[in-house]
Amino acid sequence: MEGNLSSLGFIPLLPLAGALVLGLMHLATCRGRLISERIYALVGCIGPILSFLLAVNVFFALQALPAQSRFLSHQAFTWFSVGELTISMGFLADPLSVLMLLFVTLVGSLIHVYSIGYMAGDPAFGKFFSYLNLFLGSMLILVLGDGPLVMFVGWEGVGLCSYLLISYYSEDRGNVVAGNKAFIVNRIGDFGFVLGMSFLFWGIGAEGFDYLSLKANAHLLAPTLGITVCLLLFVGATGKSAQIPLYVWLPDAMAGPTPVSALIHAATMVTAGVYMVARFSFLYAQVEVAGLVVAWIGIMTALLGAIFGMFQNDIKKILAYSTVSQLGYMFAGVGVAAYSAGIFHVFTHAFFKALLFLGAGSVILALHHRQDIWQMGGLKNKLPITYWTMLIGALALAGCPPFSGFFSKDEILYSALAGGHTGIWAIGVLVAGMTAYYTFRLIFVVFHGQPRDREVYDHAHESPKVMTLPLIVLAVGALFAGFLNLPAIFGGHQQVSHWLAPSLTEVHPHGSMATEVLAIGGSVLAFVVGISIAYRRFAGGAEQPVFTGFRKFAYHKFYVDELYDTVLVRPYRFVGQAVQRVIEPYVTDGPVRAAAWLYRMAGLAFKVIQVGYVRVYAIYMVIGLSVMSLVLSQSLNF
Amino acid sequence: MIEHYLSLSVLLFCLGVLGVISRRNVFVVFMSIELMLNAANLGFVAVARLHQSMDGHVLALMVMAVAAAEAALALAVVILLHKHKGNLDTNIFSLLKG
Repeated sequence: MEGNLSSLGFIPLLPLAGALVLGLMHLATCRGRLISERIYALVGCIGPILSFLLAVNVFFALQALPAQSRFLSHQAFTWFSVGELTISMGFLADPLSVLMLLFVTLVGSLIHVYSIGYMAGDPAFGKFFSYLNLFLGSMLILVLGDGPLVMFVGWEGVGLCSYLLISYYSEDRGNVVAGNKAFIVNRIGDFGFVLGMSFLFWGIGAEGFDYLSLKANAHLLAPTLGITVCLLLFVGATGKSAQIPLYVWLPDAMAGPTPVSALIHAATMVTAGVYMVARFSFLYAQVEVAGLVVAWIGIMTALLGAIFGMFQNDIKKILAYSTVSQLGYMFAGVGVAAYSAGIFHVFTHAFFKALLFLGAGSVILALHHRQDIWQMGGLKNKLPITYWTMLIGALALAGCPPFSGFFSKDEILYSALAGGHTGIWAIGVLVAGMTAYYTFRLIFVVFHGQPRDREVYDHAHESPKVMTLPLIVLAVGALFAGFLNLPAIFGGHQQVSHWLAPSLTEVHPHGSMATEVLAIGGSVLAFVVGISIAYRRFAGGAEQPVFTGFRKFAYHKFYVDELYDTVLVRPYRFVGQAVQRVIEPYVTDGPVRAAAWLYRMAGLAFKVIQVGYVRVYAIYMVIGLSVMSLVLSQSLNF
Repeated sequence: MIEHYLSLSVLLFCLGVLGVISRRNVFVVFMSIELMLNAANLGFVAVARLHQSMDGHVLALMVMAVAAAEAALALAVVILLHKHKGNLDTNIFSLLKG
């Protein structure tokens, strides 16, 4: 049933090796730059691109197999073995992981190429590429791992790289704080993930702790334990994939360089949670309640992200909240057991969101690191390639047919409607309209109308080819990726869903024709309404509005950060200070200090006999030897 | 007869100890140590003669060899000490004072 494919191990290994080499090169030359950026760029890009080629190779190898036996695995080495439990560093390529693999390596490679242009002239060019390679390697471990534990290695690895790259410009304190925030919030989620994994192991892990064994034994899991495991794993997903209540780190993560925002905080890492839920679809399919929780949290996050996104002024923050919102859609999809729809949205989202972020990076670079959209305007003529590619991305994000986002979003909404989750569908349509509104608010304010800052406008220039080329490739993806999963109503065959079917445990809902038309009609209507409101307000060149009332409330993100600060951070810090001031000095440090004091006093007492004269030491020796001889002669009874 | 030999040995040993303890010149201390070694040798030889055994003689020869080696090392140390402070008074070298 299973084939072996040793090249699987090389897919994560290549970027990891690249990270090591780049890191060593950077360390060796960080005082005085001896290595030119070209060499760093070459070494940095070669790993991801080779991984992509290998991934394509794996894809064709899988395709050659019959549909129900599309599993290729490779056991690299035994990781550890405790008692009867043996965990090996195993990699599994099945339709789900290969789909993730393909777009992660493709988008990753493109962003590496783009970074050559974006990061040019950065003093730590090599370090940046080293981190980027390390990230990609961890992500590939996450995707390819054949069990929860191996996935967890990648899961933590991407968290670490996220932290390193958010605080990349570490001279600024704010960036470091943002990195810390991301890391700590992610740790809270990871705690849930670890607990969930432990419960899962406790339940059914004894027979083997990889996906295939777990899937075979899933029916043995007690229902209550199943709910616990699913919810705890989802806690991990809320951290990594920025869902309520742990979404707060993602907007702050925009402190990192823009390619990082594109790669990690939009296209790949944040989708890990969705991938994980889809991976455990055999568990989530068993407990409907857990799925409902996932779906509702997802759709509420989508709503919240969209509300916040409508009132942001920073070009990257708008995109960040749209990412939060789209991730919410994905969870709504996997929550209503439409796993393939959720994963398909992950897939298309990777293209158009990476495209939008890279386009935003191009704008930011052209304007010398200005990010406030109210300083931009009329850039359409100055940055034509960026404009047209970003327009495609925006249309895809807003869900305009026939761009990729339309099909994937529609698939989720249709699944919700057909599955009887009318509430989720209604909110989803509302969010779709809001998405169209804020996306085109961004496009209109940045690219249309008159320049708001003439001086900035005059100095703007289109980015170099190394940056525009990835934009064009991604735009092609954003334009056509949707056709891969064309639903039957448009004459398609849903290839992606069929491709994913062996990996997922899902039942495709069979809605009536009317349901399908309603879903599509709702999405299109929401798109049209959203874009027309944005057109009326912003296309003619609006000025920066002053937010009052609810808008101000939304601009300040409902003061959630402040709320967390008051309810969680400050009390926690207070407890920490109490421990530091009371418990540490008097309770835990007391005995330690007493022991130290005792030794010091003993030392002072015995110091007296250490006179330093060699004669005196000779006396001590004579006395000691005499006493010893005496005792010895007594005890031996001479 | 053996008591006399052993008494002499103990006497010599005590003289050596006294010398080490009371004298301040490094050379004299060193010579006192040699005296102690020879006192021990005398004891060994005397007891070996008493028991008609070669063990004591072997040990005495061994002590002599060790004493020779020690003399070479100790004299080198003495030279270094003199180079270091220009004086051989043991009371000057009191770095170990607590």
